[in-house]
Amino acid sequence: MMASSYNAKEEDGHHSGSSTHGGTGAPKNKKPDNTAFKQQRLPAWQPILTAGTVLPAFFVIGLMFIPIGIGLYVTSNNIKEYEVDYTGVEPNSPCYDCANNFTWNSTTPCVCTVTFTLTQPFESNVYMYYGLSNFYQNHRRYVKSRDDSQLNGVQSSLTNPSKECEPYRTNPETKQPIAPCGAIANSLFNDTLELYYSQPDGNTSKVTLVKTGIAWYTDKHVKFRNPGNDKDNLTERFKGTAKPVNWLKPVYELDPSDSENNGFINEDFIVWMRTAALPTFRKLYRIIQKKPDSTPTLASGKYVLKITYNYPVRSFDGRKRMILSTISWMGGKNPFLGIAYITVGSICFFLGVVLLIIHHKYDTRSNSADIPN
Amino acid sequence: MTWRSPLALVRDALQGQRARERELRSLVSNLPYEGQEKGKQPNRFFLSNAIKTTKYSLLLFLPMNLYEQFHRLANLYFVGLAILNFIPVVNAFQPEVALIPICVIMFLTALKDGWEDFRRYQSDRKVNNTPCFVYSRREKQYVERRWKDVRVGDFVRVVSNEIVPADLLLLYSSDPNGVCHLETANLDGETNLKQRIVVSGLGAANLGFEPESFNSAVVCERPNSNLNHFKCFVEKPDKDKVGASIESLLLRGCTVRNTNHAVGFVVYAGHETKAMLNNNGSRYKRSKLERKLNVDVFFCLILLFAMCLIGAFGHYLWLESLPGVPSFLVPDSNGHLDVPSLESFYMFFTMIILLQILIPISLYVSIELVKVGQIFFITNDIDLYDEETDSRVQCRALNITEDLGQIEYVFSDKTGTLTENKMVFRRCSVMGTEYPHKENAIRLDVIDEPESEEEVIFNQHQQLPRSRWSLEAEGISPPDTQRHGRRRKSKVAANAHSDAAFSSPLETEVIPDQKLLQQISRAESSGGRRDGNRSFDPHLDFFLALAICNTVVVSAENAHRQRECTSPQSSQMRNPLETFSSLVKKAGAFFQRDKRNRTLSEDPVIDSAKTEDEADANRLRTCSLHAPSQNGSAIVEAEELCYEAESPDEAALVYAARAYGFILLARTPDSVTVRLPSGEDLVFEVLDTLTFDSNRKRMSVLVRHPVTKDYVLYTKGADYSIMELLGTPYAENFSGIEKNVAADTQYHLDCYAKEGLRTLCITKKVVSESTYQSWLGERKRAQAAMECREELIMQTAVQLETNLTLLGATGIEDRLQEKVPDTIVALREAGIHVWVLTGDKPETAVNIGYACRLLEEEDLVINMSCKNKVTCTAILDCTLEEVRRYRDDPRNAGTTQNISLVIDGNTLDMAKSPDLQERFVELTKHCRSVLCCRVTPLQKSAVVKLVREKLKVMTLAVGDGANDVNMIQAADVGIGISGQEGMQAVMASDFAISRFKHLKKLVLVHGHWCYTRLANMIIYFFYKNVAYVNLLFWYQFFCGFTATTMIDYWLMIFFNLFFTSTPPIMFGIFDKDVSVEVLQGVPELYRTGQGKGEYNFLTFWIAILDAFYQSLVCFFIPYLAYQDSDVDLFTFGTPLNTAALFTILLHLGIEIKSWTLVHWIIMLGSVALYFIVTLAYTATCVTCNPPSNPYWILQNQMADPMFYLIVTLCTVVALLPRYTFHVLKNSVAPSPLLQGRQLDRMDPSTRDQWIKEWRGFRGGAPAKRYELSDPPSPTLETPVDFFPEFLPDSNFMGDDLSLNVITESRQRAVHT
Repeated sequence: MMASSYNAKEEDGHHSGSSTHGGTGAPKNKKPDNTAFKQQRLPAWQPILTAGTVLPAFFVIGLMFIPIGIGLYVTSNNIKEYEVDYTGVEPNSPCYDCANNFTWNSTTPCVCTVTFTLTQPFESNVYMYYGLSNFYQNHRRYVKSRDDSQLNGVQSSLTNPSKECEPYRTNPETKQPIAPCGAIANSLFNDTLELYYSQPDGNTSKVTLVKTGIAWYTDKHVKFRNPGNDKDNLTERFKGTAKPVNWLKPVYELDPSDSENNGFINEDFIVWMRTAALPTFRKLYRIIQKKPDSTPTLASGKYVLKITYNYPVRSFDGRKRMILSTISWMGGKNPFLGIAYITVGSICFFLGVVLLIIHHKYDTRSNSADIPN
Repeated sequence: MTWRSPLALVRDALQGQRARERELRSLVSNLPYEGQEKGKQPNRFFLSNAIKTTKYSLLLFLPMNLYEQFHRLANLYFVGLAILNFIPVVNAFQPEVALIPICVIMFLTALKDGWEDFRRYQSDRKVNNTPCFVYSRREKQYVERRWKDVRVGDFVRVVSNEIVPADLLLLYSSDPNGVCHLETANLDGETNLKQRIVVSGLGAANLGFEPESFNSAVVCERPNSNLNHFKCFVEKPDKDKVGASIESLLLRGCTVRNTNHAVGFVVYAGHETKAMLNNNGSRYKRSKLERKLNVDVFFCLILLFAMCLIGAFGHYLWLESLPGVPSFLVPDSNGHLDVPSLESFYMFFTMIILLQILIPISLYVSIELVKVGQIFFITNDIDLYDEETDSRVQCRALNITEDLGQIEYVFSDKTGTLTENKMVFRRCSVMGTEYPHKENAIRLDVIDEPESEEEVIFNQHQQLPRSRWSLEAEGISPPDTQRHGRRRKSKVAANAHSDAAFSSPLETEVIPDQKLLQQISRAESSGGRRDGNRSFDPHLDFFLALAICNTVVVSAENAHRQRECTSPQSSQMRNPLETFSSLVKKAGAFFQRDKRNRTLSEDPVIDSAKTEDEADANRLRTCSLHAPSQNGSAIVEAEELCYEAESPDEAALVYAARAYGFILLARTPDSVTVRLPSGEDLVFEVLDTLTFDSNRKRMSVLVRHPVTKDYVLYTKGADYSIMELLGTPYAENFSGIEKNVAADTQYHLDCYAKEGLRTLCITKKVVSESTYQSWLGERKRAQAAMECREELIMQTAVQLETNLTLLGATGIEDRLQEKVPDTIVALREAGIHVWVLTGDKPETAVNIGYACRLLEEEDLVINMSCKNKVTCTAILDCTLEEVRRYRDDPRNAGTTQNISLVIDGNTLDMAKSPDLQERFVELTKHCRSVLCCRVTPLQKSAVVKLVREKLKVMTLAVGDGANDVNMIQAADVGIGISGQEGMQAVMASDFAISRFKHLKKLVLVHGHWCYTRLANMIIYFFYKNVAYVNLLFWYQFFCGFTATTMIDYWLMIFFNLFFTSTPPIMFGIFDKDVSVEVLQGVPELYRTGQGKGEYNFLTFWIAILDAFYQSLVCFFIPYLAYQDSDVDLFTFGTPLNTAALFTILLHLGIEIKSWTLVHWIIMLGSVALYFIVTLAYTATCVTCNPPSNPYWILQNQMADPMFYLIVTLCTVVALLPRYTFHVLKNSVAPSPLLQGRQLDRMDPSTRDQWIKEWRGFRGGAPAKRYELSDPPSPTLETPVDFFPEFLPDSNFMGDDLSLNVITESRQRAVHT
């Protein structure tokens, strides 16, 4: 340890010299600085968790959580929700035939209708969802199977999609790149739902379903963009690409009625591309705008749901649903959070009481020690 | 450079290799070959003086560092996983991204390594470029070169205060005696000067040295690392051989002192120098905690494996349960789907990648960082700083700080560790008459008093044993004011003198015993001086022996060491508070001469001191009366002498002799000058010095008396080594005195030992001319021998040291260091068994044992000392039985065992034998303290190893000398005390402290803190990773076990690397569970870390279970809240991630015991960092990280009240059990640590009151003294029957079989 030992000593000297520069300036003084930090005497808050000290915390949590829970529970209960399962598994269900005669590329759509009755009127905006269950949109390879650059309108990705899209990257026959590529796009939910209100007088009137505003604003305006420049028409911009194999129509014909809702920025498509977290999920389909007058958005009564049945779910034991729901500040109907808050609040309150007893039994000594700092 | 054929190069390399490997090297001067090409150089095979301590070179840094890093299994594991990620079928993340964590970690490590290496490179360069003077034939003079250019065979001139550039064989010194003084502080820390002597017999060396005329060959041994050993001879052209040893070697790294210049021949250079060979880098020890940690990492691995199996199996079941091929199953590029079994096989590996951070990747790096921080705080502790030596505590092993918190056994050396190793002459016995030196005792006692009243309140009874030391003081009690004044002064003086080794006033001031003074003056006047013949008075001889028989180096105080900074010296010179003895002297002179009176009065401080000491001075006049007035100036000169000794005993003796007027004036290798009380200067020719060694346990100096021309051998040594060599009693020469000097002296020696003094016997022998001549021949042969020189030299020494005449004996006190008893008591209360291992006699050791409270008055002390194994077995069995009986006795239930064991080296050897060691260890387990006397260094380490291996406990060894090195290295934690005996112990140690009392804070406070901090941090780290990874694991149940993550991968990486990494590190460095005051006041708190400690099987698994629970909560609350909603994958992950962050941080918040500003900043900073980074990331990353593309997700979430509600609920529910558990435990069954913390909250006075009361309560409980049912010693004689065949004769009974129980009625030291 020799040669470097004297080096080390010199270094030590330097080191201590630099560390004690604020000190007396004695050249060889290795005395450590007597600072609160170096002597580990920084003023500190030293909480001791005993029954006496934490009692208030438990009561506060209890007293805060229970009202929040009640509020949540009430809010959730005020949300009106109606669900129609139109999978067509049971032989007597109206869509049984459609479900059984399915093929991806049948040209003639199968249409079935489901009637249902709303017992209560739906006030304010009503959101129409389609729900799928057992559909693992969160399968790892499924989630990856997309090209976000392509969806963002990057020209190079349009013609040369990411490898992640395999095997839905190019059309096997024409070798043209698929736009939009990947398994997610390929499995786009393509049922069409229409809602009719059977007025008490026997007439049916179509409920107006708004199909914009269902996707995230940022998705519609930032993440998803059509390729090419705005001057060309959409067909031109997607020239040289193939449609996903399961699709009937190419991407630029998703919504023939609205050019602003076509191509990659079609909102139904955007919503689908935002993969669901859980295998049973719903996705926003349409919005039923609140009427300007005071009549309910959806009056109580009989409704007819007309389904253009395209989407197969039998391969994964899935179910398809149509859900009508109003929403509140906390989203859709879910009593869980309210109940959870009430439960946790009660537990805390109960623990507070238990601790109070314990405090009286055991905590006498720490009281005397409870002189603050 | 001329071109040479490769063959020649290879041949050369082989030759060089062979030349370096050879046992003996023959070196010749380079000068005749100067300027010739390299191939012609005779010494070309030996390494040059350039050194390179760097590990890496610039070009090879990357590959070499990577190679180093991959030695770590953890790194390999993570790189392996990252590579696994590149295999498409199993990958879980984008492979490139998966490499980031391991790259960051390895990059940081590489950065650290690189920086360290750069510093080494810089210091190497600095060293290599240091200038030095090398002789050049061309220029006919010494020219300046760089260190790196020095080659073997060069002649190097070194001047005063210069560092020696290579190992030099000293050929010339400017000193007329051919001596070169050397300070080896850089090598071994010893600050005393060492003498090196020019190789003798190389011609007229004194007339100046001509390197060009040096035509001899130097034959030396192969380089080795032994600093105290060197064998070499110089072969002159006429084949005459001159031996040289370490005495003539100037070692690289030493500093030349007091010598104008010297010339040496380079024998070893660069990495072959002894200094460099001793440089084996820093030590790497693995701490107990780390060993346990590795086991738990293994558990984690099993856990990981299990979870991956579950994942793979689940995936299989899930695939099997699918009725068809749904559109979310993505086939490979050929449109082909693997069969479920194969898919699930792949899934197993994917799962490993996904869940890999279950093994905490950053744990190892974090631990290193934490330890760096802990060491920073330890070294910066002002309480562990020693003013006197200006040294902090040194942490030499960087990775075992936490081991300090788990110590169960402390093994301590005595001399220099418990004691000052600053020897003070206390009393002596000359010719069988004891001179107690009462005044001396009083003076020492005054200094011995506790420094201040508030010392330690709860250690009041500490004074009790101390009173023993002051027994002599009875009756004579100086006024109190005087006491205080003196004490303060001597303290200040001690500080002022701190720079000079062994010259603190304690040793230098000896107040002569009046009776002895009279005796001397009588002897002087009666015959000694006038006759100058054989009937030299033994009293005078005694002191002559003290002054001569040593290896003390004399240097003038003002000029003894010219260093760069002269301030300490100058202050020493000007320091008005001169040493006590010089005051006495001056005062004595003051009565003599009026001139001196005036100079003294000018200095008011001395003046006041003078009046205090007038009484002493008066007494002194008797001796100063003899001093002729013309020698007055010489007295002043003598006062400024400074003695530097390798062993402090010697210095003490020389100072004692000086106090009696026998002043050692100068010492050269050939002569010793001593001034007699009469003022006469005698120059003794030193014929030989038989140096001390541990086998002989004595040293001798053979001198020729200048007056009588007798060959006189003065020998001093340990009593047992001297007593058997005694010849005819000296007393026979005296007609009047008819007593057995030897017996009386032995009696006095025993008394001294009982008093705890170190004893030395002083003898004399007159050697006849013929004997000397014949011996001299043998001696010379021995010295020139190349083989087994040491043994031969020792044999010659033994030959001469016979038939000695006993002059007397000395008792030297080695004072206990301050606060040693306090420290030992604290260690004991901390549940640490304290062993003291010493080479001293049992009596001395026991006495010191009581003094330092290793043994207590009320203890049951078992004294084991036996000469054969049979008795040893019997004693062991008996004692064990006794101890067990004692323990099982219902009357002793609840009381602490106060059993101590005293054992001597011989018995220890027997007890250590394989058949007895079990019993011995069993016995020591019951003993609170053990005192081993007369043990050798090897035994020390053997004892440590035995205890460590048999009991599986954490051991700590503390020592200060070379004899403790073995022990220090054998223990789990080795602590070196940088004291008086050099630095070998420090070099071998893991921590180096300067005082024994520092051990208390180091172990009880820093050890406890380091251990608790690190243990809690590691537990937390495991918890953190398991909790976080399990979020992903639970999600697998809802994504078909397809290894999907709902958290953006970058955020996952950041989560571990940035958001939650600093808080645990801060926790590991800063958290303070209990304050210093309470930890030191209540050492019992230390017990929490012993044995299994806080980091054990239970705490680990509780943490893991808690992690499972918390992850369940953090996953399922959001799951239930978002069930059947339109939430998308990464939006779902955001509240999960946030809740996990809060849970994990607040979990730490529950664990943090004290919140300082640093804590707040880091905790809040982590949360802020999370939100800032995540917000920035989600605001900018539109398509940057497919498939998650977290664009605007957090912003959306933060606008949603549900997010906050979910996060709050998760955090509260996740932490509720832990929080409640803590509260309940703290309220219902508070741990000792918690009680300690509660003590902390009181204001200091109340707290001290509490501690005191608490102690009193606890101390009073075991008051039920153990009364022996029947004394074991008589019953012990009976087992004779058990071993009839082992008993050849009745010797057994006569054996000093002693098992005596010493209680408070212990025999006190006899005071004369």
